[in-house]
Amino acid sequence: MARLIGKPLKRNEDPRLLTGQALFVDDVELPGMLHAAFLRSDYAHARLKGIDVSAALEREGVVAVYTAEDMGDDWAPGPPLVIPPPTIEEVTFNTRTQVPLVKEKVRHAGEPLAVVIAESRYIAEDALDDIVVDLEPLPAVVDIERALDADAALVHDDLESNLAAHLVQTKGGYQSAREQADLIIKRRIVMDRGIAGAMENRGIVAYWDNKQQYLTVWDTTQSPIPIRNGLAGMFGLSEHQVRVIAPFVGGGFGPKIMMFYPEEVVLTWATLKLALPIKWIEDRRENFYATTQERGQVHEVEMALTEDGRILGLKDDFIHDSGAYDPYGLTIPLNTQCHVLGPYDIPNFSSELHVVFTNKTLTTPVRGAGRPHGVFVVERLLDIAARELGIDPSEIRRRNYLPNDVFPYDNVIIDQAFANFIIDSGDYLPAMEKALDMIGYKDFIENEQPRLRAEGRRVGIGVVSFIETTGVGPYEGARVTIESSGDVSVATGVGTQGQGHFTSFAQVVAEHLGVKVSDVHMVTGDTAQFHWGTGTFASRGAVVAANAMNAASSIVRKKILELASELLDAPEDELEIEDGEVRVADVPRMSISLGELAQKANPLRGAVEPGTEPGLEATAYFGPNYGATAFGTHAMIVEVDPETMNVEIRRYVVVEDCGTVLNPLILDGQVHGGVAHGIGNAFYEQLFFDDNGQLLNASFADYLIPTSAEVPTIEVGHTVTPSPLNPLGSKGAGEAGAIPVPALMAQAIENAIGEAGFEILESPMSPLKLFNLYYGDKEQ
Amino acid sequence: MKPASFEYVAPTTLDQALERLAEHGFEAKVIAGGQSLIPMMNFRLAQPSVLIDLNKIAELSYIRLKDDELRIGAMTRHVQVERDALIARHAPLIHEAMTKIATPQIRNRGTFGGSIAHADPAAELTAVTVALDARFRLQSAGGERWVPADEFFFGMFATALGPDEMLVEAAIPVAPERTGYALEEEARRAHDFAMAGAAAVTALDEGGKCSAARLVYFSIGDVPTDAGDAVAVLIGKEPTPDLIQSVVDTAADRLEPSDDIHATAEFRLHLARVLGRRALQRAFERAAVEAN
Repeated sequence: MARLIGKPLKRNEDPRLLTGQALFVDDVELPGMLHAAFLRSDYAHARLKGIDVSAALEREGVVAVYTAEDMGDDWAPGPPLVIPPPTIEEVTFNTRTQVPLVKEKVRHAGEPLAVVIAESRYIAEDALDDIVVDLEPLPAVVDIERALDADAALVHDDLESNLAAHLVQTKGGYQSAREQADLIIKRRIVMDRGIAGAMENRGIVAYWDNKQQYLTVWDTTQSPIPIRNGLAGMFGLSEHQVRVIAPFVGGGFGPKIMMFYPEEVVLTWATLKLALPIKWIEDRRENFYATTQERGQVHEVEMALTEDGRILGLKDDFIHDSGAYDPYGLTIPLNTQCHVLGPYDIPNFSSELHVVFTNKTLTTPVRGAGRPHGVFVVERLLDIAARELGIDPSEIRRRNYLPNDVFPYDNVIIDQAFANFIIDSGDYLPAMEKALDMIGYKDFIENEQPRLRAEGRRVGIGVVSFIETTGVGPYEGARVTIESSGDVSVATGVGTQGQGHFTSFAQVVAEHLGVKVSDVHMVTGDTAQFHWGTGTFASRGAVVAANAMNAASSIVRKKILELASELLDAPEDELEIEDGEVRVADVPRMSISLGELAQKANPLRGAVEPGTEPGLEATAYFGPNYGATAFGTHAMIVEVDPETMNVEIRRYVVVEDCGTVLNPLILDGQVHGGVAHGIGNAFYEQLFFDDNGQLLNASFADYLIPTSAEVPTIEVGHTVTPSPLNPLGSKGAGEAGAIPVPALMAQAIENAIGEAGFEILESPMSPLKLFNLYYGDKEQ
Repeated sequence: MKPASFEYVAPTTLDQALERLAEHGFEAKVIAGGQSLIPMMNFRLAQPSVLIDLNKIAELSYIRLKDDELRIGAMTRHVQVERDALIARHAPLIHEAMTKIATPQIRNRGTFGGSIAHADPAAELTAVTVALDARFRLQSAGGERWVPADEFFFGMFATALGPDEMLVEAAIPVAPERTGYALEEEARRAHDFAMAGAAAVTALDEGGKCSAARLVYFSIGDVPTDAGDAVAVLIGKEPTPDLIQSVVDTAADRLEPSDDIHATAEFRLHLARVLGRRALQRAFERAAVEAN
């Protein structure tokens, strides 16, 4: 069989994408299409006393204006997306989900109050100014550490406090570990909020064709199938009357899994009423308020160690900012808890979690999804411990890695899938050693750094390890068909947001079917083509969907061989599939093309025998027992200008282990993008809110996404530890690049400054924060 | 983020443009490269009822040497200024500033006159033109007047321009011999508005003593801030590091920086000291090279 899995092939989809031929939601143009604009609250917390839309309705070109009242019985808070975990004892979880349009109370700035539907987006936006809204501002809950104060305003009036969730997870006994410790490190660590910042904002085109009684929705969602099922349920339609298409999407990064967004509900409701197509394209300003965000945690942590740097236990009590609602359950903070444990042998662990409601946009997973926070916590503590004990940062990690003979390793606590957090496999030391070797760690410490320091330059190195839980269930599926042309068509339920699915999945299929990768035609994210599955999230495509591809193509291969054996009158084990045809191995003239076979498998006359199916087609599914855990080590060298606190990244090295690699070119692209994202998270991207919950930097002028000038050349190496949980041995890699960067950059900057007491306990960092830290006069 | 409705006119001569401006006054906005105005219109922070597009007026785009001055037409793109040999030779401070303005994409479209007339406190060209003693020609249907750069900037986005006037040309004195220049700024990302910046122009006499010195800060207050007297003490003296340090300390004491999310007033003041010192030092180093 031709080895296609693992080849660095260029992407099948790129010619279309790069020449502007690919369909994005905003490219959808339908006859008679109307445009929607949403009136959004300027206040973060306010009581809605009244809305007068009469002037807006009078404006020429306005077709309709709707408020919550207009929706009547169809108005309902959204369904919870991730049901709270029944597997954790004594968990408190208060479900409060987002509403389509504000009815009584605004709970975050940007929450929609009304929608205008007009002949153009320009007219719709003009009409927003015609709407008169009476809002009574209320004190806003902004600071997560004060959200549970007795005198805090209530985000949800029917709750006694702003507590969204509370739970305690333990492993072993932290208290006894603490009593045996030679060293206790205790710190307060803060991770603040950012956005995902996908290049394409969200967008929806919804069209109810009344004559066909058929609803079509183009949506930038990462989860088209659950959207279809949910919309059908919400509006009393058969699932077969609803088609949701997630076409090409310009970046997902998590927030596009969130559902249901108010706009998805309101546009569908409105097209059902008007029976005309309606388009809404989120603009960048809306994106800063209306699309979900992440980070926002404060940790009180303690690590107990022996004098030789072995971790005896860790205690991490933290507050997580849920924003105004909590449809996404506990995914982010559970990920944080798991990743605090990292690749390390931490026998005793205790973590008390408080999730709080605030008057801010809701948080749902953004690339990393709580993992960078956990990594930041444990890596910072290890760095501090290493300094206190006089151990090299790479050495203290080496001493604490889980050894290779413990896998699968049960970490006892519950993970985001509500099952025990089990690490399937790992081999941490080679990844670390490769990274140290690539960056020249020893030479830098022994020679280069002392030489530069003598010149007065502050240059520092960092090295950080991490794990990434990936590839969670429940399942994905794929349908693989040999067409009469001999080409292969494949459909899967996951959507695509730039991951290269049209190529990496095609490689898996082509591997089995002996065709060119470019002859495999992939359809993703169209419920009319495939309607079983959940979506693209949690770094799972290359694990769950690719293994479904693998399963379906092996069945098709079997069908091909069976039929060809019959037609060529040769035993199956003497057949090979190459170059789009089946040959008898030693008799090249005895062959039949896949196209001809496909036609023979779908005859126009004759009888199909009982128990057989027409065509060379198979649908198969894959669902892992639990997630596969990727891991790696990142290392970087930075130079800090101590006068301006300008930080320049001079080297960046990644060693990534995500098991079997499907396409190294695509993988490296994922890693590069992840690191760029991580650099943003670590040093540039922070949302600033004032005391009223007003966002102060809702534009790309003030919210700083790193550009090519801020992202260094990234050197990528690999080790390969296949996952035992799936036939391909793959693990996910979509988020890994971003996960360790804040922890790494903190270590490298500290190393560059190289002065006692200069300790970074907050992310994102910035020149201003470093200035305050270095010059000692912290704000407030 | 769609602009409110407006009437759009695209005159092909300066006279036509000035007539339209005389007709509409405050109601109108002239658009040059649109790199600041278009976002402001899309955010509906600016809602002109008439937009006068200058992009078809060829006569406003030029760089030429006239007498002892460089003349730059208002519609000259940043990229043209950045790559112009006359500018590099006779106004090296402008040459140095150009690559620090935003991104190459913005510099392809943005204009020299547009940046000055917009008067963003963080714009490099505000401080640079003040430091170089530039003059601006403001024209209206009724006539023209020349305004020195240090009298042009009134406040944040506020200038000496009347409602019927357009900035049509900048005149910059050709650099004398033994002159050195430097522009220092600190921005979050390579292309961002600076958190603080300083432009320095210095000259040395034959004995290596300072014969002229200007230091102008930008992105510290609402308008470019000339260190003025504070640097005048350098005249007639050898510019030692200690002296430069004391000059920038004195100059910084007079600054009144403001807070924003990227830099507190305190951090800005700190940066002003560092960048002012670095700008003066580098300018004197260059003046010394020029002198040899």
